Amino acid sequence: MTSLPATPPPKQLGLVIDLDTCVGCHACAVACKEWNSGGMVGPLSDFDAQGRQPDGIWLNRVHGYEVEWPETKRARTVYFPRSCLHCADAACVTVCPTGASYKRAADGIVLVDEDKCIGCQLCSWACPYGAREYDHASGVMKKCTLCVDRIYNETLPEAERQPACVRTCPTGARHFGDLADPESAVSRLVASRDGRAPMADLGYQPTNRYLPPRQGADAAADVALSPTGEPGSKLLHWVDRLFSR
Amino acid sequence: MHPAASIIVFTVASGAGYGLLAWLGLHSLVRPPTPTLGLLSLGVGLTAVSVGLLSSTFHLGHPERAWRALSQWRSSWLSREGIVALAVYPPAVLFGAALLAPETFGAALRPAALAMAVLAIVTVLCTAMIYASLKPIAAWWGGRTVAVYAALAASTGILWFAAIVLLAGAEPPFLAPPLVVLSALAWLAVRLHWRQVDAPGRAVDPLGLGNARIRSLDPPHTEENYLQREMGFRIARKHAVKLRFVFETIGCGVPIVLALATLWLPTPASAAALLLAALAATLGAVVQRWLFFAEAKHLVMAYYDGT
Repeated sequence: MTSLPATPPPKQLGLVIDLDTCVGCHACAVACKEWNSGGMVGPLSDFDAQGRQPDGIWLNRVHGYEVEWPETKRARTVYFPRSCLHCADAACVTVCPTGASYKRAADGIVLVDEDKCIGCQLCSWACPYGAREYDHASGVMKKCTLCVDRIYNETLPEAERQPACVRTCPTGARHFGDLADPESAVSRLVASRDGRAPMADLGYQPTNRYLPPRQGADAAADVALSPTGEPGSKLLHWVDRLFSR
Repeated sequence: MHPAASIIVFTVASGAGYGLLAWLGLHSLVRPPTPTLGLLSLGVGLTAVSVGLLSSTFHLGHPERAWRALSQWRSSWLSREGIVALAVYPPAVLFGAALLAPETFGAALRPAALAMAVLAIVTVLCTAMIYASLKPIAAWWGGRTVAVYAALAASTGILWFAAIVLLAGAEPPFLAPPLVVLSALAWLAVRLHWRQVDAPGRAVDPLGLGNARIRSLDPPHTEENYLQREMGFRIARKHAVKLRFVFETIGCGVPIVLALATLWLPTPASAAALLLAALAATLGAVVQRWLFFAEAKHLVMAYYDGT
């Protein structure tokens, strides 16, 4: 049924991703590809993998940006892992004509039933986040499952029952939990760090949150790090530049 | 957006076909057609919509599961469209039966004509709503898309119907004015839609960082992926001005001139003129539909292009 759950799910599982600590190593994307190639939604097809134009299905893609804040004129590099946000008002679900796309009433995870998917790709058009990719080999849509075949998997040790991306992140930038519970660790993290949803104005009510990057210390701290250690000394700056050539 | 040939053929052929069936149905309410006119129009209309519907299944990864698309009418415009598109067939067949065997099915002619017309119109509106309900594609979102699909289905449909009316030897002295008006309305609807296409996009906040400006430094992959091929199509935008001119001249101007010419031409020449007008309008609709996809930008590209 592609209608959304009538009442909000009691649990809303999702990710909280810290853009301040993400270093853009792509480990989450690789771990995702590795787990899901063999998991419930596998295989994630690759085409021309060793050739000139490698192409393939990834459920998580890490973008690197230069971000500049106009008020402060400060800029920094920000890495942004992009995957399904498991929206409360998921348009990818409601546009699906077959019932293949659905949002679980128990925990809010958005999934694709590959046995029902006809591969019309309308869900990928309906998603502004690019969370869904079409697999030409199997003719169906692929998307993040929040590793539903890990998080409830009682054959795994309890510590492993987290999405592969969260489990592997070397900087601890990724967190997994119940965002419907205001007392959960992830909800408290979002509250304390002003976690945001991208393109929130579209109204899809994403579950996942991104913790905005800290913009660094104030300008005085930058000056203290200047190589001459003499703020304001034009002569020393000039000498520094001269010898730096 | 990537202009897939299967979808262009589908929307143009089914638009013209359902338009033709709608006009046939409405016309039959006022004046029951001769069997020749009725069956010829019905045959052309059903062929067009069937070709269109078949073509749409070529876009699917699993066409053999297409029947599943009839299940989610509660939420999905694509599902609603599929259902109504098929629902046109029973009244259309009944309408044909009423013409073939009037002594048995004659009483059903008007009800069948009405049902066929209403369902054909609803189908076109549902097709339009598939696109008009996609918020991430600003060029499609809203009523102008519905106006474009409805106006082009009405204009191409009536041109084909008018051509068939003359070919079937019926006598319609009033044909030119509706043809001119509907072709002009199609032109107007498409012009209005182009203004929406050309409108500057609103501010996008792909990272949730408010008004911070983002520039892509390090894309996630070296080669184009599915998203860029499907949502980041650029080729036809380069030729948009020329293609828009082709739509306006061949798709709207030529049919208007030819429709007006029928006021003075003898009937055989008028039939040929309207056939040509219908072909020109359909070609124009193909060009318009190509642009409809090729010019539409998807929000997801902000992740690749920055803000």
